[in-house]
Amino acid sequence: MAFLDYAPAPESTSILSLREDYRLWIGGEWVTGGGEPFASVSPSTEQQIATFAYADEGDVDAAVRAARAAFRDVWGPMSGRDRGKFLFRIARILQERARELAVAESLDNGKPIRETRDADIPLVAQWFFHCAGWADKLDHLGLGAAPRPHGVAAQVIPWNFPLLMLAWKVAPALAAGNTVVLKPAETTPLTAMLFAEVCEQAGLPAGVVNLVTGDGATGAALVRHPDVDKVAFTGSTAVGREIAKALAGTDKKLTLELGGKGANIVFDDAPLDQAIEGIVDGIFFNQGQVCCAGSRLLVQENVHDAVMDRLKERMATLRVGDPLDKNTDVGAINSSEQLERITRLVDRGVAEGGEAWSPACELPQEGYWFAPTVITGVEASSTIAREEIFGPVLSVLTFRTPDEAIAKANNTPYGLSAGIWSDKGSRVLAIADKLRAGVVWTNTFNKFDPASPFGGYKESGYGREGGVQGMQAYLKAGER
Amino acid sequence: MTSTSAALAPAERAVQLLGSDLSEVALRRHLEGLPAVDAVGLEARAARFGTRSIKTSSKAQALDLAIRMIDLTTLQGADTRGKVRSLVAKALVPDANDPSTPRPAAVCVYGDMVGHAVEALGSAWSAGKDDGINVAAVATAFPAGRASIEVKLQDTRDAVAAGADEIDMVIDRGAFLEGNYGKVFDEIVLTKEACRRADGSYAHLKVILETGELHTYDNVRRASWLSILAGGDFIKTSTGKVQPAATLPVTLLMLQVVRDWERLTGERIGVKPAGGISTAKDAIKHLVAVAETCGEAWLDPKLYRFGASSLLNDVLLQRQKLTTGRYSGPDYVTID
Repeated sequence: MAFLDYAPAPESTSILSLREDYRLWIGGEWVTGGGEPFASVSPSTEQQIATFAYADEGDVDAAVRAARAAFRDVWGPMSGRDRGKFLFRIARILQERARELAVAESLDNGKPIRETRDADIPLVAQWFFHCAGWADKLDHLGLGAAPRPHGVAAQVIPWNFPLLMLAWKVAPALAAGNTVVLKPAETTPLTAMLFAEVCEQAGLPAGVVNLVTGDGATGAALVRHPDVDKVAFTGSTAVGREIAKALAGTDKKLTLELGGKGANIVFDDAPLDQAIEGIVDGIFFNQGQVCCAGSRLLVQENVHDAVMDRLKERMATLRVGDPLDKNTDVGAINSSEQLERITRLVDRGVAEGGEAWSPACELPQEGYWFAPTVITGVEASSTIAREEIFGPVLSVLTFRTPDEAIAKANNTPYGLSAGIWSDKGSRVLAIADKLRAGVVWTNTFNKFDPASPFGGYKESGYGREGGVQGMQAYLKAGER
Repeated sequence: MTSTSAALAPAERAVQLLGSDLSEVALRRHLEGLPAVDAVGLEARAARFGTRSIKTSSKAQALDLAIRMIDLTTLQGADTRGKVRSLVAKALVPDANDPSTPRPAAVCVYGDMVGHAVEALGSAWSAGKDDGINVAAVATAFPAGRASIEVKLQDTRDAVAAGADEIDMVIDRGAFLEGNYGKVFDEIVLTKEACRRADGSYAHLKVILETGELHTYDNVRRASWLSILAGGDFIKTSTGKVQPAATLPVTLLMLQVVRDWERLTGERIGVKPAGGISTAKDAIKHLVAVAETCGEAWLDPKLYRFGASSLLNDVLLQRQKLTTGRYSGPDYVTID
């Protein structure tokens, strides 16, 4: 056996003690949903993990009422210091149960255990710790003395980072004094249910967090509920647009974190070996199912061939397969629908003249898989340079001058993320200034920090999550 | 800083790459035109190798490979004939309880101990052939390298004459930091020439960069490239006398250089981290970095070595654990 065919190193699932069916978590109780329960499967095996209750309008209403009562009677009146204690306790329990949560997330989402273990779950705990620290310091957020929470927050999150997106939503909302009703994605509800257990363990008062599982209709009922004060959504631009329309004319506050088509710009003086790593992390992290993925690679023409040679060599060392194997770099695509979308867009890209390349890799028979792919010869007008693929597919464009790089990077309806690779500090700063993207990484990519605001320009949404701005979104100025 | 344009000693590789009128200026332009290194990214990549999980059959393979790559080393002022004999005995029989245990690649000693090492190895000495244990000697006024070139060359010739199969030389870090790349280059070329035996063959030349004294990754990349251009067969991180010695990021950077050199010329250069690698776990991280950076071809004692003394026993303990399922303890492996 060649050394590089590392012997299997599977993370054990014995740490999990899952139920066969999960109910809704409303007002601190596990309640049966009004709709037909649905199953969540493991994308790497297509095996059913558990069934989940389906929340209909009545359930959503009950959840909002529970959240309202908790806001009015318990959480709203509670001092920031005491709210902080609960959040710190949740953060610590999340750390204690990190391995279990990582396994559950990998199982349900299909992403490699290396990522859930080293990125997702540590960030989840960090987010709760960060926000817990704000709970008694709201006066220092720039909103004047004693800013007030909105009330009940309705939160709808996607399937790509299930527990991390929950943390991004729940932690600041609770720290600011809001109560929440959260709907996890239909294909990845598992870790939200485990989060309910964590809240129970922490003794969080009933109704402060409520979880309703279901599909788009459940989410629509939640954000439209008249007694909701604040809506936070992360997901597709199409759904974000629907929500914005539905909320128009109401006094609900809204933040949207939507799609992206991030440009990763490589100049000829870039630290080349590190740039290759950054390109790989930018597009193959979480199988490219990342809204801020560096899915458009913009390479200076004079280093295009050198970059492509090295990138392909590096891609050949990516290990695709069992998400629970500790040596897996690229796991399964989250659902058959998503796999179909990726396949369709890649076919379109090739039909429009792009040249697709993937390293030789054996994909498992069961489950949803797509080999890491790079498409060269993509023009700014190509579909795959415009549309978000949300998969492990990198579109490669070239540029000749810094101005052309900026123009091409900004020539997209989106504006969530961008990356710059150059050894020249002055150039990096000058270009970052001109990129219309919410996050610009320099000589790195896909790095997240609870202290740093994250959000988009244009069709990538509005509002920021993380940092001071992320806290402000859950507060209004105090009344004098 | 001197920047003479005087012709440098001819080295085949440098002439092929930079042209026949090899000057200090040409050398400087070339080295300073190498792609930059981003420290944060390099260290993050190195750390990623450490998260690979090498288990069961892969671990067994890695442990045996690690042993075969060890240059079992003693470099003390207090070295005696007895100490060298003891070191050689350990190299000959690393684990008396398990005859299937492979032997290390070489023993590494000071130049004046080469004769004693050769004698102690007896028929197990490779004497330049493919099987057997090599004798490696540190030379060129190791570890500081602060001596005249004549002294450094005589040091080298003495070791080669005594039977050294491999010479571990140190570069002149002072000259390198002064920007006097030409002096460093010339000394490597001359040392290589001093490695020539009477029959025209050469002792293998390992060039020690002493990365702990070069401080920046950009310097390490330039020094690596410079050493290869001047004719080094191996580039080696450290003497083991300066901290930090062989860190994984530094080793990774040097692996990237030899990979790039192969891409450019088709020629394979070896890498030897030395100092600070004392556990089997560390060694396995290195092997992962080697395989994933340069490919399986580099998993060969001809192209990768560990300069170490205490590493061997830790690998042996891990090896025993794989065989018996139990950890023993330091009294179940022999000291040298």
